[in-house]
Amino acid sequence: MRAAKHDVPWFPGLVLAALVFTAVFASYLAPHSPTAGDITQKLIPPLWMERGEWEHPLGTDRFGRDVLSRIIHGSRISLIVSLIAIGVAGTIGTLLGLISGYRGGVTDAVLMRLTDVGLSLPTILIAVVLVAVSEPSFSNVVLVIALLLWPRFARQMRGETLAIKEQDFVALAVVAGRSSAWIISRHIFPNVVPTLLVISTLQVGYVVLLEGTLSFLGVGVPPPSPAWGLMIADGRGFLATAWWISLFPGLAMVLTVLSVNLLGDWLRDHLDPKLRQLGRAAVLEAPAAASVGPVDEAPVRGAAAGGDGA
Amino acid sequence: MRESSPLLVVEDLKTYFFTRRGVTKAVDGVSFTLHAGETLALVGESGSGKSVTCLSLVRLVPEPAGRIVGGRVLLEGEDLLQKSSAEMRRVRGKKIAMVLQDPLTSLNPALTIGTQVGEVVRLHQGLRGAPLRERVLEALRRLRIPAAGTRLRHYSHQFSGGMRQRVSSAIALSCAPRLLIADEPTTALDVTIQAQYLELLKEVQASAGVAIILVTHDFGIVAAITDRVAVMYAGRIVEMGSTLQVFDNPSHPYTRALLRCLPDVGLKREQLVEIGGQPPDLARLPQGCPFAPRCPERQPICDETYPPSVPVAGGHAASCWAAPGAKARA
Repeated sequence: MRAAKHDVPWFPGLVLAALVFTAVFASYLAPHSPTAGDITQKLIPPLWMERGEWEHPLGTDRFGRDVLSRIIHGSRISLIVSLIAIGVAGTIGTLLGLISGYRGGVTDAVLMRLTDVGLSLPTILIAVVLVAVSEPSFSNVVLVIALLLWPRFARQMRGETLAIKEQDFVALAVVAGRSSAWIISRHIFPNVVPTLLVISTLQVGYVVLLEGTLSFLGVGVPPPSPAWGLMIADGRGFLATAWWISLFPGLAMVLTVLSVNLLGDWLRDHLDPKLRQLGRAAVLEAPAAASVGPVDEAPVRGAAAGGDGA
Repeated sequence: MRESSPLLVVEDLKTYFFTRRGVTKAVDGVSFTLHAGETLALVGESGSGKSVTCLSLVRLVPEPAGRIVGGRVLLEGEDLLQKSSAEMRRVRGKKIAMVLQDPLTSLNPALTIGTQVGEVVRLHQGLRGAPLRERVLEALRRLRIPAAGTRLRHYSHQFSGGMRQRVSSAIALSCAPRLLIADEPTTALDVTIQAQYLELLKEVQASAGVAIILVTHDFGIVAAITDRVAVMYAGRIVEMGSTLQVFDNPSHPYTRALLRCLPDVGLKREQLVEIGGQPPDLARLPQGCPFAPRCPERQPICDETYPPSVPVAGGHAASCWAAPGAKARA
């Protein structure tokens, strides 16, 4: 990969800009309805193949619905689910993480055990059970994802808080007669915002995949919505003859997740004020830099990216 | 002024740390008084209890391991150790302020300097808008921060170490405290900046009448700006007196040893003098004088009983069996 830290990540940037654009203007961009198909037009292959038509550049599915239009409308579902789920999980997780880290003691122990429980839930199983018990619906999917997501935020924010509260300015704020609530919101929170942005971004990929998986399993957004996971599931039976029904939504998903993760990595390198100030050499030595990454695979990748340029 | 009632009276302060290894007596019966406008130096080796003494005064001993187990801290006659945490919060901001060693972490990297100074001023004086800005500028100018107007919008990483320490001090002094606790404020500064900073502190003290407790292990600083010195060893004050008295007539062997450790250009010593041995383990203090194992003037009695505080001259006392009259007082 490019070693550049200050370079704007144009590839993921462009992809995501395009994604947001299509999601917002889906109704204007899509050539056909995402849900209404014409049965006489079913299973048309993509444009460049024999029998392909300009009318349906990426072909049609078994109900004659335009694949391109469905992908365009599907981006909307992926984005909205991600935004709401991450918004909810991020708010709850950050709040609990800040309180847990700052208060310590019993509060911390209880909240962190709760987080451990949350992190040890078998994701898919819980999601399937919860959505199966209730009705599969858009809001249920969002809630389930948020439920599975908040511990990641809580864990990370607690770690950051622990590091920040040891800094002298927090002690001095106490000496200045500040309340805990004030210190958390005014002195600690602003210092965790960069990390919060980075983990939020990196979670978008996870949520898109999770939502896709749930839809694929039939417990996600209910049909006939054009969720990408649903489309992949729809095409499963036709893989040998009409592979395009599954392939294109799958590609869209891969491209989205990849871009979001690349952007998250770049954001992490770019937003951390410590990294900005000290430059790369110091970054490799600073233990604080390693703790900035999110719980999952990210720290390793961060270190590797730093190493490239040194 | 000196004869009036003291600003701060610390009586038999004890702060212990309860760890798995046992009880660590970080501060073990410290007493001193401080008048308004006076500067007291707390000197001693690392781990002698200087910083914990300071933290105890503002009740910021790291809990749950650390606890203040005894004594009184009277600030203007009120016992701080008896106050509820809500009352304590008011005292901290209004009457006591602190400056710490590391100017790098004393300021919040995410907020501008103007915001940080402004918040303290607003909290304690309830000002807003233009008058607030005026007060903030005044606080910064008082510590000679150049171009204070533009500096307001800068973040801490845009300041040099010396400037950061001035900003921290401006914040500390902006609410006109009665007592300023400065825990090694110059340790992280360049030698050239140290003198400048201390000069400034002295100036502000003279104009505001604030009392200062200065923790340091630099005798140069002690000689330059303090009125009185308390030498700490193993959680206790072993010698206390006016700066002149202690420098002219150091009466505890530990003080003498410390003063001998100072490099002296005139004497052209090949090596720096050190104090042999290690500071004692605070969790396993000996029965007698904790300095005895390292003391050149050790006597049999030193290992048995802790020596009483013996007056050497007016306002000057030392805790040592070798001091004249010590045995008579025991």
